[in-house]
Amino acid sequence: MEILKVENLSKSFSKNQVLKDINFSLNKGEVLTIIGSSGSGKTTLLRCLNFLELADKGVIKIGDKVIFDGEKKKELSDSKLRENRLHFGLVFQQFNLFPQYTVLKNVALAPTLLKRGKIEEITKKAEKIIAEVGLNDKKDAYPCTLSGGQQQRVAIARALALDPDILCFDEPTSALDPELTGEVLKVIRSLKDNDSTMVVVTHEMQFAREVSDRVIFMANGIIEEVGTPEEIFDNPKSERLKAFLSNSL
Amino acid sequence: MNFQQVTIELLAGFLENCELFIKTLLFSIPLGLIITLGSMSKFKPLKYLVKTFVWIIRGTPLMLQLFVVFYVPGLVFDTPMRNRMLAAIIAFTINYACYFSEIYRGGIESISQGQWEAGKVLGLTRPQIFFKVILLQVVKRIVPPMSNEIITLVKDTSLARVIAVAEILMAAERFTGKGLIWPLFYTGVFFLLFNGVLTLLFGYLEKKLNYFKG
Repeated sequence: MEILKVENLSKSFSKNQVLKDINFSLNKGEVLTIIGSSGSGKTTLLRCLNFLELADKGVIKIGDKVIFDGEKKKELSDSKLRENRLHFGLVFQQFNLFPQYTVLKNVALAPTLLKRGKIEEITKKAEKIIAEVGLNDKKDAYPCTLSGGQQQRVAIARALALDPDILCFDEPTSALDPELTGEVLKVIRSLKDNDSTMVVVTHEMQFAREVSDRVIFMANGIIEEVGTPEEIFDNPKSERLKAFLSNSL
Repeated sequence: MNFQQVTIELLAGFLENCELFIKTLLFSIPLGLIITLGSMSKFKPLKYLVKTFVWIIRGTPLMLQLFVVFYVPGLVFDTPMRNRMLAAIIAFTINYACYFSEIYRGGIESISQGQWEAGKVLGLTRPQIFFKVILLQVVKRIVPPMSNEIITLVKDTSLARVIAVAEILMAAERFTGKGLIWPLFYTGVFFLLFNGVLTLLFGYLEKKLNYFKG
C-alpha cells in the first residue's frame, strides 16, 4: 500500500536550485535509503518532508491526502502545518535532545504538550519505548551524561513516541564515533523488523545495502538512479553512481 | 554623633536604595523580555522602532534619564512628578530593561537552531518551544552577564540622589555638611555587604543549573 507520494518537488535557496523535480513514492513498511555525495540535496529533501523547509513547488501526499502543495503554500496555516508534519518523525544528525530534561522527559514532553492522553499513560508508553531502544536503566539520566550512541537512541525514542507514519533519519550515525554507530543501526534494524516505514539518509553503504527495500541515489538535486539495493550496489547503471560507489567503498 | 546613630541613619538611607533596587529588578526583568521580543520581531517597523529606543536608552546617561523622567512631565504636561522614588523607579526600570533585553537576545540567539527544529518536528508551537525548551537554556547561559548587570544596579541606585531621593549617599552627605567625613566612606560597607550576598546567590543559582550542559 502506497503511503507517501512526492511529486515534482523543487526547492531553491536564492539562485541555487537544490531539488529539481523530485518524484518518488514509498509503500507502508518499506525502508527507503537516500545516498549521494554532500550537496546532492538529500538532506534538503528530508527537511522538505518535515516542513523544516517549505518546497517551492510540488506535492506531498500521505495516502490520498495532500499534505503539502507548493501552489497553495500561502494558504497553509501554522496549525495545519504542525498537524501535517506529524505524519513524519525526524531523527537529526546532531541528536538535538533537550539538555535540561531527563531521557524520560525528552521522550514524554511532546506527547504531553500535544495532549496525547493521560500523563500516566504517556509515561508508561515512553518507558516502554525507552526500553525498546535499550536504555531502560538510563531513563532518569540527563543527555549530557550519555554517549553519542545513547543520545541518538533517545532521539529515536523521542520521535517514536508520537507514532509517526514515516520515520526519517538524517545521517543518524555521522556524528558518532565509529564504535558507536553499531548500536544505533541495530535499533533502526529492529524498527524495520517491526514494519516501520522509514526514510534514511546515510553514508553507511553497508547498512544501506542491508536494511533498504529501495535505494535512491541523488546527485545535483535530481534522483539519478533508483532501485533495489542489489541493483544500486551491484549493478549501478549511471556513471555518477559508479564513481560515487567506487569512492565510498 | 556616635557610630550607632550614623549606622541607623545610613541604614534608613540604604533602605531607599534597596527599594529602588528590588522594584527596578521586579519590573525590568519582564519588561526586558518584552523588549527582546520586539527587537527580534519579524515585523520590521516594530523591530527598528524598538532597536532605536534601545539605542537611545543605552546611548544616554542614566543620570540624564532620571532628570527627564522627573522634570519632563511637569514641564510639558503640567503634571509635576511629586513622587521622587516613583520617578527613579521608572527611569531605572526602562534603563535596565534595555540592557537586560540585549543580554536576553544574545542568550536566545546562542541556542542552536537544532533545538527549535527538534521542537518543530515534534509538532510543538513556537511559544511551547520557547517556554518549554529554550527558556531554561537561555537562563543558564545568561546568569553570569545578568549578575554583572544586577551588581551594577545595586551601585547605580545611589544615582537617584540627583533627583533628591533620600538614599544612602545623600544621608552620608548630611553628615559631611556637619563636618563629619567618615560616614561617606562607611557607605561603601553597605554596598559591599549587599553585593556579597548577591554574589553568593548567583553562585548558588549557577550551581543549581549545572545539572545539565547546554
